[in-house]
Amino acid sequence: MTKKSSIILPSTSISRRSALKGIAAAGTFAAAPGFVRYAQAQSSAPIKIGFQAHKTGIGAAYGRWYERTTTAAVKAINAAGGINGRPIEIITEDDGTDPKRGAEVVAKLATQHQCDVVYGTLFSHVVVASAPVAGELKIPYFVVSEGYHVASGKLNRYCFQPGITDVRSQVTAMAPWVSGNLGKKVTMIFPDYAFGHDHRDYFTPAIKAAGGEVIAQIPIPPTESSFTKYFPQIPAETEVLYHVMVGPAVLTFVKELGEFYGSNKPQLFGFIDSLEAVDINSPGLEFLDGSHFWEGCPRYTQANDSEAMKAYRAAVGIDDNGAAVGDPKDVSTAAHMFGCWETLYVIKQAMEAAGYQGPADRAKLVEATEAIQGFEEGPEHPQGDKVFDGKLHQVYGHQNISKVEGGKLKVVHRTEIKDGMYEAEGDYTQQAL
Amino acid sequence: MGFGPHLLLATLEGLVTAAVLALTALGLSLVFGVMRIVNVAHGEFFMLGAVIAWGVASMVTGNPALGFVAALVVSPLVVGAVAFLSERLVLRRLDYNPESTIVATIGLLYLIQQAALTFYGPEARPVEAPFNLRIQFPWFGYSGYKLFVIIAAIVLLTIVWVVLTRTRIGLIMRATQIDREMARAFAIPVERVYAGVFALGAMLAAIAAVLIVPIQQAHYLMGLDPLLLSFIVVIIGGLGSLRGTLVAALIIGVSDGIIAMFFSPTLAKMIATAAVALVLVFRPQGLFGTASR
Repeated sequence: MTKKSSIILPSTSISRRSALKGIAAAGTFAAAPGFVRYAQAQSSAPIKIGFQAHKTGIGAAYGRWYERTTTAAVKAINAAGGINGRPIEIITEDDGTDPKRGAEVVAKLATQHQCDVVYGTLFSHVVVASAPVAGELKIPYFVVSEGYHVASGKLNRYCFQPGITDVRSQVTAMAPWVSGNLGKKVTMIFPDYAFGHDHRDYFTPAIKAAGGEVIAQIPIPPTESSFTKYFPQIPAETEVLYHVMVGPAVLTFVKELGEFYGSNKPQLFGFIDSLEAVDINSPGLEFLDGSHFWEGCPRYTQANDSEAMKAYRAAVGIDDNGAAVGDPKDVSTAAHMFGCWETLYVIKQAMEAAGYQGPADRAKLVEATEAIQGFEEGPEHPQGDKVFDGKLHQVYGHQNISKVEGGKLKVVHRTEIKDGMYEAEGDYTQQAL
Repeated sequence: MGFGPHLLLATLEGLVTAAVLALTALGLSLVFGVMRIVNVAHGEFFMLGAVIAWGVASMVTGNPALGFVAALVVSPLVVGAVAFLSERLVLRRLDYNPESTIVATIGLLYLIQQAALTFYGPEARPVEAPFNLRIQFPWFGYSGYKLFVIIAAIVLLTIVWVVLTRTRIGLIMRATQIDREMARAFAIPVERVYAGVFALGAMLAAIAAVLIVPIQQAHYLMGLDPLLLSFIVVIIGGLGSLRGTLVAALIIGVSDGIIAMFFSPTLAKMIATAAVALVLVFRPQGLFGTASR
């Protein structure tokens, strides 16, 4: 038998073993992730957007809603054909609202997950720590933060904030209204780090230009959990108390303020950041009745909401009170999270304008984003129309001032875009790509 | 506002801090004193107490005082049960080895914290105070509930004191603390005492948390501050010394209130930390501690 076989199979033929080796090698090559992605890049491989999310740490309440908004926006974009016909795939990494981890997450999303862009950061200290990594790895970094860091010109050409107005513009736009309607003598209470300092540095001159005056500035360490001890520093002649607090202790802040003042209080003007993800009807917050807040996007349904706004709220899953549909206690971060929705549509718009194919086209994507002039109000930008400054990589929109009335926030004033414009301090387009 | 009222407000704030701190630190001190282990997860028992208080209070409808009282009963019991279980399942298996238990309680810290994040969520949620009373001084208003916290803490601390010094259970605990081997020789079930003390320590933290939660909200990261301050208090007062713990809590709490108000809160923390360093250098056993034999 053996002899017969050897006659039939020539000795030079491929042995079974080497044949298997060859097949295995070919299989490995075909199955290699790089190979498959390359083969499909022209057609249907997903666009990978790395989402730097505050899933844990002090930003966790924001992170949860940023994630829900992101999921809703991606669903809508993919249902309508994705970006250039390619679906979006979101790859989420938790940064623990921690600057050091934030920088690591950007690197991981860029190198390990091979994301096309990174997106979604909120807390300004995380943005500032992560931005240099994005610049080094030359990966476009779209933040949804409202801090005055991108627009300051101090980050790099790969950082953008195209979905939400920065603090400097917000306070510049609102100062005249505060001075004209609430009072001239303002005491500011703010967290003692970059975000609070932006408020201090830009609201103070803005209110002065509007005929008012900041008579005291009270910084509070961001880890503070009790506030009564700071209140004696508020001058008695204060007409307006300007407060912007973040973190889990904000409710305590408002409650203690109420206990301290009782009914004999100055006018209050605050940033809703103080109460994002917190029910305005929580026990102890009765004190806020009649006070005013900044809102990027209104939490409560307003009488004049556009169709686009209604569609956006339904898609994200929030009810008339800005809480999750089905769970009235799960209050959203409505004033900020619209920025995620709008930023994802900006990424789509810029990628389509750049004819974006893959990471090799990142520089083209940066230039295409810089070429954008503004956005029309509509389903992609439900918060309203906006102007985009390609040199500063920053967007400017309308701001809302809302009054607490009967346990709801009602918009009483909406600023014009031009109210919030200021002289640019930088020009990213001068930097090399 | 004049100096007098300013000082009054600072002292009141300091007393509230001291009251809650004394209860929390007492739990830590008790566990260290009797079991000779450092419980790094102590702050998480505090947090768990607050979170459960929120859960209980939000289930009870009607008068907020009902929910608060229910929380004051249920929350320490649940936290005590969790502590009892972790003592049985973890600490006992490590034979109370000091190094291993530190690492194990660090693990416990993360487990409890992440469980709270998963099941309770990232929000800060308030519990309604049992009563709404605002005391109007001529210069400023103050929360009546905060004054209640001070009084409640004094009552609770007195009860713990009496239990430890006047009852048979207290005697057994003190005996175990002074000499474990001898206690065992006298047929004291040392391991059961350990489990009981660990649960009791956690329950004290939980009670402190229930008291504080109408002032500060329940949040899954709220355990860190009480842990650090408790360590400071226990080190200054002397590990295992109850009297020392109370005196140190009063010193740290009130000085924190006054320094924070007249100077800056950061300075208050710096002074507290410097005090720890000084105590460790010049009196390592603490103000009221006894030198180790």
